[in-house]
Amino acid sequence: MIPSLPRPWWLKLATVLFVLAFLLFLFMPLATVAAFAFNDAPYPAPPWQGFTLDWFIGNDALGRTGLFRDEELLGSILTSLLVASWVTLLSLVIGTTNAFLMERMRFRGQGLLSLLMLVPLVIPGVILGISILAFASRVADLLGDLFGWEVEFLRPGLPLVVLGQISYLIAIATLTISARLKRFDRTLEEAAYNLGASRLAVLGTITFPYLQPALLGSAAIVFLMSFENFNTTLMLVGADSPLTVMMYGRMRDGATPVLNAVSVFLMVASAALALLLMRGDDRQSR
Amino acid sequence: MAETRARVSHYLLLWLLLAPALLWLFGLIVMPHLDLALLSFRERVGPGEYAFGLAQYRTFFGEPLYWDVFVRTALISLVATALTLLLAFPIAWTIAKLTRGRLSALLFAVCLIPFWVSETVRTLGWMILLRETGVLPGLLVTLGLTEAPIEMLYHDATILVGLVYTSLLFMVVPLYGSLESLDDSLIEAAYDLGGNGLTVLRTVVIPHALPGITAGCIVVFMLTLGNYLTASLLGGKNSLWFTEQIYTQFITRFNWEQGAAFGFLLLALSSAMVWLGLRLSGQRFSDVMSRT
Repeated sequence: MIPSLPRPWWLKLATVLFVLAFLLFLFMPLATVAAFAFNDAPYPAPPWQGFTLDWFIGNDALGRTGLFRDEELLGSILTSLLVASWVTLLSLVIGTTNAFLMERMRFRGQGLLSLLMLVPLVIPGVILGISILAFASRVADLLGDLFGWEVEFLRPGLPLVVLGQISYLIAIATLTISARLKRFDRTLEEAAYNLGASRLAVLGTITFPYLQPALLGSAAIVFLMSFENFNTTLMLVGADSPLTVMMYGRMRDGATPVLNAVSVFLMVASAALALLLMRGDDRQSR
Repeated sequence: MAETRARVSHYLLLWLLLAPALLWLFGLIVMPHLDLALLSFRERVGPGEYAFGLAQYRTFFGEPLYWDVFVRTALISLVATALTLLLAFPIAWTIAKLTRGRLSALLFAVCLIPFWVSETVRTLGWMILLRETGVLPGLLVTLGLTEAPIEMLYHDATILVGLVYTSLLFMVVPLYGSLESLDDSLIEAAYDLGGNGLTVLRTVVIPHALPGITAGCIVVFMLTLGNYLTASLLGGKNSLWFTEQIYTQFITRFNWEQGAAFGFLLLALSSAMVWLGLRLSGQRFSDVMSRT
């Protein structure tokens, strides 16, 4: 601690023990999930029966469908990737225009708008889901009654899942990108204008390169949060289930360790994303 | 001439930037919630015929089950928030004040790692650990603490463990931020002036960390109140969680009017707690949210 303050030995010991217990609490569930992905048993439960890779590569001949043979599960991973890509793209574009709107423009009602932009962060995900579900259906019904149009994308399904997720992820992208734009030194842009650069050239060569770390960072966060989202997604899914919804359904029914195998896959993917992000940070700070 | 053109292009730019923001906020937030409110006040009087009415809210207050589940969800969420704060505070304090440099950064990073992995995976871990045929009941038998394996899933305590676990990140990060910015010399001065640990905590540390505490508590309460996954998987069929009632009305029974009313009640409770948290700590919404 504050080095000038003496702390008795028992307090130091208690701190170390507390931190260790805390870390055990944090990592026990993850370690358990990972370990049982390799257990040679039909259910993810003790005792340990020996090491196997069946839950990754097993096929029907073995009576065990491994992750790489489980079409349904692989399909739901693809669905999640598709949704997360759209969500990331839309959130970044709107987050960026929002950042420029709030940092570079002055207009009446700006304070109110900036407050409104924080509201999605304090609405429970389930409520975002049902309100968008109900509103989209009402609009679809209205269009059907008025013009006889069948507007499929407003019915439960992946486009609606994307809309539901961006409703609050845009707020997160906006906050991250605005925070960096706020610290930007405007004299750099002015210097470029004085040297005769056009508006687009300044954006492309000065402003966006400066914003890049915030853009990459929020892309990673938004992608991850979209991939992991459950509450909002559950209310809006149609026939194609993203991974979290699929896993939830199987967990209720008591699943085989193939779910542990997916989890290991997710852990590795998250770790790779985190490392990539940290390397990006390193390069920036150098 | 040039001036008018500059002005026109300024307005054009302003509206180009305003359009996506307004589309987002009105199309996905304001209008859907107004619609939800309207829906919750709609009473079905005949086939395809509707009138304004309070039937859904009468059902909520008239049916003890709904009311009990609502209160229960709120209470468990409050307890979970308090427990998360109690658990996260010493950790944030250790990272911010008791460790230095690399160790501190490492500890902070290690605390964040589990939250890079989906809530579904973390819940799966708890299920494998706690169910009757799971790891911990087996361990208790091996250690001779219990005769037969006990079912550790499907209790209120299980829901609490799951909720606290899943919320920790949202408490540790703002707490760390606010403790980090506390100048060490202030704490030293407080001790020099004769304060003991408790008075220093109460008069120096907590007032300084209050914005972080508020931010963490608001976000954690909101997230636990709206949690569906952890409560329904760890609580099982008897979890009696309010978001499950909303799901049942909306998706299973297709009674959207009732579901909308439940959703609105949950939103009202969540907003009231956010407001109360801000009032009690004297914080402004925008300051608090920028910390999370």
